[in-house]
Amino acid sequence: MNPTTPQYGDLALFGHDPLWLVILKALVLFIGLVLLTLFTTWFERRVVARMQQRVGPNRAGPFGLLVPLADGIKLALKEGITPANADKVVYLLAPMIAAAAAMLVFAVIPLGPVVSIFGVSTPLQLTDFSVSTLYILAIASIGIYGIVLAGWSSGSTYSLLGGLRSSAQMVSYEIAMGLSFVAVFLYAGSMSTSQIVAGQTDWWYAVLLLPSFVIYLISMVGETNRAPFDLPEAEGELVAGFHTEYSGLRWAMFFLAEYVNMINVSAVAITLFLGGWRAPAPISTVWSGANDGWWPILWFLGKILVMLFVFVWLRGTLPRLRYDQFMRFGWKVLIPISIVWILLVSAWRGIRNEYGTDLRTTLIWLGVILFAIAAIAFLLDLRRAPEDEVVEPTYDPYAGGYPVPPLPGQEFTYTRRAPQTVPATVVETSALESTGQELEGDRNE
Amino acid sequence: MGEVYLPILVLGILGAAFAVFSVAAPSIIGPRRYNRARLDAYECGIDPTPQPIGGGRFPIKYYLTAMLFIVFDIEIVFLYPFAVAFDQLRLFGLIEMAVFIVTVLAVYAYVWRRGGLEWD
Repeated sequence: MNPTTPQYGDLALFGHDPLWLVILKALVLFIGLVLLTLFTTWFERRVVARMQQRVGPNRAGPFGLLVPLADGIKLALKEGITPANADKVVYLLAPMIAAAAAMLVFAVIPLGPVVSIFGVSTPLQLTDFSVSTLYILAIASIGIYGIVLAGWSSGSTYSLLGGLRSSAQMVSYEIAMGLSFVAVFLYAGSMSTSQIVAGQTDWWYAVLLLPSFVIYLISMVGETNRAPFDLPEAEGELVAGFHTEYSGLRWAMFFLAEYVNMINVSAVAITLFLGGWRAPAPISTVWSGANDGWWPILWFLGKILVMLFVFVWLRGTLPRLRYDQFMRFGWKVLIPISIVWILLVSAWRGIRNEYGTDLRTTLIWLGVILFAIAAIAFLLDLRRAPEDEVVEPTYDPYAGGYPVPPLPGQEFTYTRRAPQTVPATVVETSALESTGQELEGDRNE
Repeated sequence: MGEVYLPILVLGILGAAFAVFSVAAPSIIGPRRYNRARLDAYECGIDPTPQPIGGGRFPIKYYLTAMLFIVFDIEIVFLYPFAVAFDQLRLFGLIEMAVFIVTVLAVYAYVWRRGGLEWD
């Protein structure tokens, strides 16, 4: 189109696909997502089974791979119950919102570099624009509506409690999630997903911005309502939370939305922190062609699998949190840490931008800061040192007339029932020695 | 310019069609057997507690959480453009943003001290 073909990481790449290609890409993406969801349900059951010393589903098809399909057919043939007490319109609308919103996030996830599809050169990504990460957050917020409305409209106490919990939970963890993105934008200088991936050519942001990555990992589990943060559907307290009153395929929509959301947040983690579709370090250094053509889809799927395994691993390992602990963790730990971390990162980058970027200055500054910390710690320790000294308690059995006031002229003499830690100030050394020998003699008898 | 949003529309139509189909399908292919007890709200077998749709009143904590969320969400909205344009803003932007964040942190500390973050 242009005389100079734009490099990857340039937004001019997007928005030039013919309509048939757009539809083809969207269709492949959609079918791929549904298949990946089916696979994930099977994967989760198999892996959790292994963690619990079981075998898991292994009858239908090879390795039980057709079990999700059988589940889907079974759900489709169930009666769709609409409770008498429900708000009918909202009740039916809620699963649609949840499922449709979950599907939309993948539109801006980069799956690979520019390839040629039927003679048309196009990037392996549905679309991208300068605020695509903001778009992801917006769509994730719409997904919350599905859950809240489902809980509200069911006309059941359990559903309502689940919906309320879910709204408070997702809203709280969305703040931590949003704050963890700030450092990435700071480094990438952009909010577009393809430019963020292009910015990670040398170093993954998970390495450069490790605290951001950890905060994102925690908040993404809270955001998807997965164990150990699955309070909206805590079966011990709320039966099934917001989807207690749903059955059949309508219930399956929430199930699908949850699993697609798992894949979504994994994909966002990969895009923002784990180098996107780029091959991991040992492969890309050995094989220079690893990041060309269609191969990146393989790396991307591999990373998705690793992230999904982490989800399953968490579910298999950790018990559910109590609700107040969970909220306290979000508001009193994650948010202050992310804000302080943002301040640190921006101060660091600002100073580096102003006063040179060479390694020696950096190291000198790092040394000065470390020295200051060490000096402060040392001074604080000096001040505290006398308090730490263990003061030997001098044993004086007649002090203050307790337990027995001494008779006039009475001196303390050592008896075998007195404690052995009697210091020399009270008893004469020779007497102590003799009694010590006496004691030993007693034991030898 | 609008072309970059077209794929989202296409994907959205696909997803919405799938969702509408799946929600509508049970009333066509599923069985329909009337049972009054089945249409009751599920409460482990006992008669459900009568309640208005939406459950009437619920704890004010949720409202407080929502208000705090708005405060922090707006902070995030300001932080994003700052982060993207950080290298152009140079030291000026850094100091401005530090002042802003510290202001919000003061509010945060106030809410914390007044017990706004306690759940019980």
